Amino acid sequence: MQIRYRLALTGTAALGAVGTLAAPATAQTLNLSVAIPRLSVAEYHRPYVAIWIEKEGATPRSLSVWYDYDMKNGEGTKWLRDVRQWWRASGRALKLPADGVTGATKAPGDHKLSFTAGKGPLGALGPGNYTLFIEAAREVGGREVVRLPFAWPPKPGATVKAQGSTELGAVALTFGK
Amino acid sequence: MKATYLIAGALAALMLPATAQAHRQWMLPSSTTLSGDDSWVTVDAAISNDVFYFEHFPMATDGIAVTEPDGSTGTIENAAKGRYRSTFDVHLTKPGTYRIANVSTGVMGSYMLNGKQERLPRGTTKDKLASVIPAGATDVQTAEMSNRNEIFVTLGAPTTTIFKPTGTGIEMVPVTHPNDLVSGEAATFQFLLDGKPAADLKVTVIPGGIRYRDALGQMDLTADKDGKVVVTWPEPGMYWVNASIGGGREGGPGGPGGMGGPGAGALGAAPTPPARPAGPPQRRAAYVSTLEVLAP
Repeated sequence: MQIRYRLALTGTAALGAVGTLAAPATAQTLNLSVAIPRLSVAEYHRPYVAIWIEKEGATPRSLSVWYDYDMKNGEGTKWLRDVRQWWRASGRALKLPADGVTGATKAPGDHKLSFTAGKGPLGALGPGNYTLFIEAAREVGGREVVRLPFAWPPKPGATVKAQGSTELGAVALTFGK
Repeated sequence: MKATYLIAGALAALMLPATAQAHRQWMLPSSTTLSGDDSWVTVDAAISNDVFYFEHFPMATDGIAVTEPDGSTGTIENAAKGRYRSTFDVHLTKPGTYRIANVSTGVMGSYMLNGKQERLPRGTTKDKLASVIPAGATDVQTAEMSNRNEIFVTLGAPTTTIFKPTGTGIEMVPVTHPNDLVSGEAATFQFLLDGKPAADLKVTVIPGGIRYRDALGQMDLTADKDGKVVVTWPEPGMYWVNASIGGGREGGPGGPGGMGGPGAGALGAAPTPPARPAGPPQRRAAYVSTLEVLAP
């Protein structure tokens, strides 16, 4: 708790200041592909998925959360805490549904996402080392986190890849202008 | 951690007779970390030997109070008492951290009347003390008791409004929030006795699930001069936390792990039975909580 508060205070200041100074002339994008595996199980529900970035000393930022946002009385929010690492890092501080962050759960397959620096949930990025997290938690199923470390600004043509083993498949991060 | 386990295991064997009579009181919430705008927790409350198995006696629910994140008083719902455990629900409708607590205070003691020693009736409170001691009583000796059994649950982000100490009995003031605990991380809690740092307080932490392992896995901690203890959680799960003074109970003087108890002696030394209290009754205070530790 204490640590988190400290991070929150210094984080906002640091990210804000550095972000404005180092804003690139042209918009840069993070292009992410996330594979949700097709599972052969008796009872299948699409996983809740959270995608967020962390940087040491900065407040984590949620980029996307896929959950049952349209159930009556907001019942789908009850299980958000099961995406537990995200919930602790960022989710519990968010007001949901959040514009540009909340999304519907996705079927098995490859999903492409794009985030633009300086806009929407990604916001301005100061130079430094970041980690993009993808966490999936499935009702009556398991949970998995996959991490994609990256440096900002990215080197031209940089690609970061990782492979989930149970609840997530291949994930890849590329950068574009 | 390994070393602690070995020692804890050896001690557990020595302490069996003592712990068999410990009758630990506990409340076990269905969740401590909740999301959404509206949620429920259901709580089991019992008195038993092994945590967290209902096997002995239900805990009374009449004295259980709910403090909502903004400090206002909440209610328990659907309270029921079974043979071995009580159960009740708490409806969470406000974001933040709730306290669910059973807090009691009382006075025990004795007096001499017509050459005979008489005890104060059970349930005597400080304000009724004058009315229970008859005229002509001499050698009046009293001591206060304060018991606190509390758990915390959080809807959304943890908050700290409810942690303002009352100044009575043993209280826990979080440095690390009790609903922000993760295995492998260290958590710090400050204990107060009657509002002041409880220096040297013995605090016992036992992981739940005792039935399915041989070693108790008990962690015996001693508060520093500021009343602070640091716990590094070896694994995720529910943990029973206990501290007491003056009653010969677990964690307190005379109890296992307390001064004069088996845990205090050199490893391998035969445990000395605690001496019967002599002289005036001692101030007694006890603290119990159940903390949930999540996986990273």
